[in-house]
Amino acid sequence: MTGRAAGRLVVVGAGPAGLAAAVAAADAGATVTVVDLGQRPGGQYLRQPLVAGVPPARHSRRAETLLGRALAHRRITFLARHQVWWAGTDATPADGAAPPAPGAGPAGGAPAPGAGPHGGTSAPGGVTLRLLGPAGPVTLTAPAVVLAPGGYDRVVPFPGWDLPGVVTAGAAQALAKGQGVLVGRRVLVAGTGPFLLTVAAGLARAGARVAAVVEAAPLRRWARQPRAVVGAPGKLVEAARYLATLRRYGVPVRRGRAVTEVTPDGDGLRATIRRVDAGWRPAGGGTRTARVDAVCVGHGFTPSIELAVALGCATRVDPADGSPVVAVDGLGRSSVPGVLVAGEATGVGGAELAISTGELAGLAAAHRLGLLDDAALARTAAPALRRAAGQRRFAAALHRAYPVPDGWTGWLRPETVLCRCEEVTAGELRGAVRRYGVDDVRALKLVTRIGMGPCQGRVCGRAATCLLAAASGRDQPPEAFANRQIVMPVPLGAVAEEGTPQ
Amino acid sequence: MPPPDAGTAPAGFTITVDGEPVPVRAGQTVAGALLAAGRRTTRFTRFGERPRGVFCGIGVCFDCLVTHNGVPGVRACLEPAAPGDTVRTQHGAGEVRT
Repeated sequence: MTGRAAGRLVVVGAGPAGLAAAVAAADAGATVTVVDLGQRPGGQYLRQPLVAGVPPARHSRRAETLLGRALAHRRITFLARHQVWWAGTDATPADGAAPPAPGAGPAGGAPAPGAGPHGGTSAPGGVTLRLLGPAGPVTLTAPAVVLAPGGYDRVVPFPGWDLPGVVTAGAAQALAKGQGVLVGRRVLVAGTGPFLLTVAAGLARAGARVAAVVEAAPLRRWARQPRAVVGAPGKLVEAARYLATLRRYGVPVRRGRAVTEVTPDGDGLRATIRRVDAGWRPAGGGTRTARVDAVCVGHGFTPSIELAVALGCATRVDPADGSPVVAVDGLGRSSVPGVLVAGEATGVGGAELAISTGELAGLAAAHRLGLLDDAALARTAAPALRRAAGQRRFAAALHRAYPVPDGWTGWLRPETVLCRCEEVTAGELRGAVRRYGVDDVRALKLVTRIGMGPCQGRVCGRAATCLLAAASGRDQPPEAFANRQIVMPVPLGAVAEEGTPQ
Repeated sequence: MPPPDAGTAPAGFTITVDGEPVPVRAGQTVAGALLAAGRRTTRFTRFGERPRGVFCGIGVCFDCLVTHNGVPGVRACLEPAAPGDTVRTQHGAGEVRT
């Protein structure tokens, strides 16, 4: 296959959004390559067991059907265990230092196959991705890409969050669903959001003793969201099912409380559970501790936008939850022609919304490749557009019901590790502001090394941004940590080596 | 992306972790095998020598680094365990310690 065959689409991410984009585009005639870091397609939500005998988790019928169709589709191929570490358009300078100039033509002089009558002729000629897989480096070039990289668990820092045994809720779920491994025999699930119920129910069914679900939000917020709840009866049924599972296993759900500290205790961990007010400040009284093997923590999700940022796509702040997201139109088209974005990277909204936005981005990609005309695009996109609107309303209601207010900053001690990679503490951040007048992320990174380790600020970036804003009194752009030329750390050899074109 | 081949893959095997045998169910990652064996610490940090283990579980946080078959800095949560693997708890960046 030549690198730039017309009608070729590369999809990054094999989760619900990526699979939906791949199927929609392939149905329209595109030849699709789906790349993913995981061993099997599915992403986090549709995670497939890697170990024989681990029962596959239940998913929505739409999601199951989608996975089956994607795996069987003759125009879709999967590239598993491949990490994208660099992305650029033809208009991107070789060092990736500057975003593509608007209106820049194809650098190579050849006409861009994707720039047909629907694609906009001033577009860059193609998108190049450099990947690292088990057999070495790979380079993919295509006239259009759909980025569906998903997101990762957001965890606000607290004393002890770096101890072994404190894991993200997503990690606990991934290990149980994918490998039948429990992070501990006796566990606590803590943080905020409905995902905690999903994880706790899954762990209980898999044989863990879940001491409690500790949910910071009070229940009564739901009473203020009647319209969104009534509009999504399926979601209510799902939540009720998880709650019923938890009741069956005797797992209490403690609301208006937070795990504010974890300390080592012999072979296990001791978690401090405190009552908190609506702003997550300790509300006095009701402090208790629990001795467990593992604490599974989640405070919502952070969208993965770094690939899009590397390609020069415009970003914005999602007003629903304050997350930095990629700015796209209703069909997932970013500010860079040929770069479509779907799923959590365009706004955290769960698997069903990811499927809708993925389908739309796949159709828009097919349109850009000249496989659908304007009328066909409008016709085929209509159902997913309608679904997406309702799903977005529900997602916004969830974000209102499960906010992440700033009160967690009061749980920190000066010696609490903030940047796990570089072992920089909350006290060091505040000291940098006080002593050196640091008031932006760039200076913060240089002075303290926060966000300069291998995770590149993915884990601590949002917390550091929030603390910096509070300490300096200056608002900080939320995407400040997402701007990276190398979007994932790779061995130096991979940077030097030309990837095999595929 | 073929699923693990249940027909030829061994149902179970062992890997060596810090000189001790650790059982693996075919298909598990290094992190999965370590946690199933009750081993939560995969490394000690560069500056504070603080213990760390699996955190994000999906290859993002780089906390579950181990030295895998002599290669330091391998994400245990992504690396499939293979028969005969040698895994060492990593100290710092994985330099040889005297």
